[in-house]
Amino acid sequence: MKVMALTGNEAVAEAMRQINPDVVAAYPITPQTELMHKFAEFVADGLVDTELVLVESEHSALSATVGASAAGVRAMTATSSQGLALMWEILYIAAGLRLPIVMAVVNRALSAPINIHCDHSDTMGARDSGWIQIFSENAQEAYDNTIIAIRVAEHPEILLPVMVTMDGFIISHTMERVEVLDDEVVKNFIGEYNPRYKLLDVENPVTFGPLDLQDYYFEHKRAQAEAMESAYRFIKEIEDEFYKISGRRYQYVEPYEIDDADVVLISLGSTAGTIKDVVDNLRLKGMKVGALKIRLYRPFPRDEVFEFLSGASVVGVMDRAIAFGAPYGPVCLDVKSVLQGTKYSDLPVVNYIYGLGGRDISPSDIEKIFFELDKVRISGEVPKLPRFIGVRGEEDYFERVKGLKVKN
Amino acid sequence: MANLKELSQREVKFTSGHRACAGCLPAVALRQVTLSVNYPCVVGFATGCMEVVSTIFPYTAWNVPYIHVAFENVAAVMSGVESAYKVLKKKGKIDKEIKIIAFGGDGGTYDIGFQALSGMAERGHDVLYICYNNEAYMNTGIQRSSATPFGAQTATTPVGVVEFGKKQFPKDLTQIMAAHGIPYVAQASVHNWKDLNMKVEKALSIKGPKFINILAPCTLGWRYPAEKGIEVAKLAVETCVWPLYEVENGKYKINYRPREKKPVIEWLKVQGRFSHLLKPENQHLVEQIQSEVDRRWARLLELAGA
Repeated sequence: MKVMALTGNEAVAEAMRQINPDVVAAYPITPQTELMHKFAEFVADGLVDTELVLVESEHSALSATVGASAAGVRAMTATSSQGLALMWEILYIAAGLRLPIVMAVVNRALSAPINIHCDHSDTMGARDSGWIQIFSENAQEAYDNTIIAIRVAEHPEILLPVMVTMDGFIISHTMERVEVLDDEVVKNFIGEYNPRYKLLDVENPVTFGPLDLQDYYFEHKRAQAEAMESAYRFIKEIEDEFYKISGRRYQYVEPYEIDDADVVLISLGSTAGTIKDVVDNLRLKGMKVGALKIRLYRPFPRDEVFEFLSGASVVGVMDRAIAFGAPYGPVCLDVKSVLQGTKYSDLPVVNYIYGLGGRDISPSDIEKIFFELDKVRISGEVPKLPRFIGVRGEEDYFERVKGLKVKN
Repeated sequence: MANLKELSQREVKFTSGHRACAGCLPAVALRQVTLSVNYPCVVGFATGCMEVVSTIFPYTAWNVPYIHVAFENVAAVMSGVESAYKVLKKKGKIDKEIKIIAFGGDGGTYDIGFQALSGMAERGHDVLYICYNNEAYMNTGIQRSSATPFGAQTATTPVGVVEFGKKQFPKDLTQIMAAHGIPYVAQASVHNWKDLNMKVEKALSIKGPKFINILAPCTLGWRYPAEKGIEVAKLAVETCVWPLYEVENGKYKINYRPREKKPVIEWLKVQGRFSHLLKPENQHLVEQIQSEVDRRWARLLELAGA
């Protein structure tokens, strides 16, 4: 184990160096670019055995990754935003073909208007594509999650592609202290890749991607849903193993000061770090506040979220994306659906849309949210619509929302 | 070069029992190509007729490893397969000589898959790309593609009171691929199995990206009797609508020069998709087609130094 000063992009590139994937196919897009610059240096210096395929689009990046993975080797890629959007069609195919591809996604807003900075619109749009999604709070997690993701994807009971995300610029370009495992430790942890079916096994020919009609398609999709359930079951075991080699314990969700918390704020990615800091400050002032970070977003950690919210009096959910036309942001929809039909159905949940296009979320914004949630706790009056935080016109909007309050 | 007897004795890679139409020439092209591949191989397919008819789950007509991913990306997928092969060879995990072959129809090759094909060619992957060109989107119900001939009637270029069918001449994809400077590019036709066999064998003996564009008529789309397909393909070559030629390391060679170049009307008149062109008021359209065919043929002769 050694300690290095790495940006999030460099941390993932370092994990990829240690994973030494057979094939990496990629196309440049901000803010993912530096990740591939760094990895290309590893290739240039002969530090990996990887065939780096520098394709002509993200659509081809994922397509070549799919081809390589089906051929029978470990294959990876990385992208952001529009790149992920261009991959859309192949995201579903990679999952449907049950190919254990690992992809780093450096979260960035989607056009239009064009914007290169962080929000979660890109990966949130892909949340139902059949990929496992693991969100990273910092460079350390981005590094660790990438290594864990290899084992998750290739688990014989799972066999699904995995996205490891980190917040664009906020994490991808910020240098942090990262504990890096020894190369041998990573190598042993991920093991040799030897899939059951491979195109290049010419002695045992297999047809990948046949036409599947009314008589079988549904069963295959059902099997894919079961694989997602397996992921929910088995990722724990892989994380336990990772703890043994790293001393870093990961769970699907990370509770913070939650045991006696009246007010709990849920978030994903880098914002969770800021929230923890605010929780510390508010605790010093005597407020019983806590936080819940969702690390594994797909499959959604329904039991854990339920368990950790069961003691709360009011819950806030931070969404760094809009689900246009839906009643709430994507994370809030999931949280609400977990509570629905249980004895916590009436637990007040307030949705906060924030940070789109890289808009900063400051500790004072989060403090404001906690204070507001505390008011909701006391008054029992819950804003029905999502609140927009840190945006011009926010107060006017709140005035309108007030008129729509429902009594719990 | 293999003779017919040898070809007939080879293990069949693309088997019978698939669900192609009676008289389907793309299916014949596949059979001819795969019989010419005397190596272990991996086959990739773009979405299209031949993909649909050959792999309806739980059946497959493929006795060799096969992958279909999507419509526009077979060249990218096979770039990935070839890269995986390279790594495994480098690591000593595979010692066999395996050939990587991509197939696409004209839709998946000329149009939606063109970017991926161009990328594959530019990056120099050791892949043989075969286009089975039936000159329209037959799988989705005969819509025009950029390979569809001028004047042809399709579902999206119908003949009406004011329209006469497709208004553009086909994109010359074989020339475009030659312009990529890849080591081998060829144009072939399904009626000339010997020429096609020679081209596939030659292509597979060369390292790097290879492209063969095979004219493979479609009985439904071109509207001729199912048993006449080979004649229709032959007429395309005899009229110089579809010359047989190859470009090896930039050097052009015309593989077949008709003793007497037939007028293009001979090819047009046997196909229902051109029936409207036979009307006297459309004579000028036939003349336009003839003049474009002549222009392209003259240019090809020039390129071949003939």
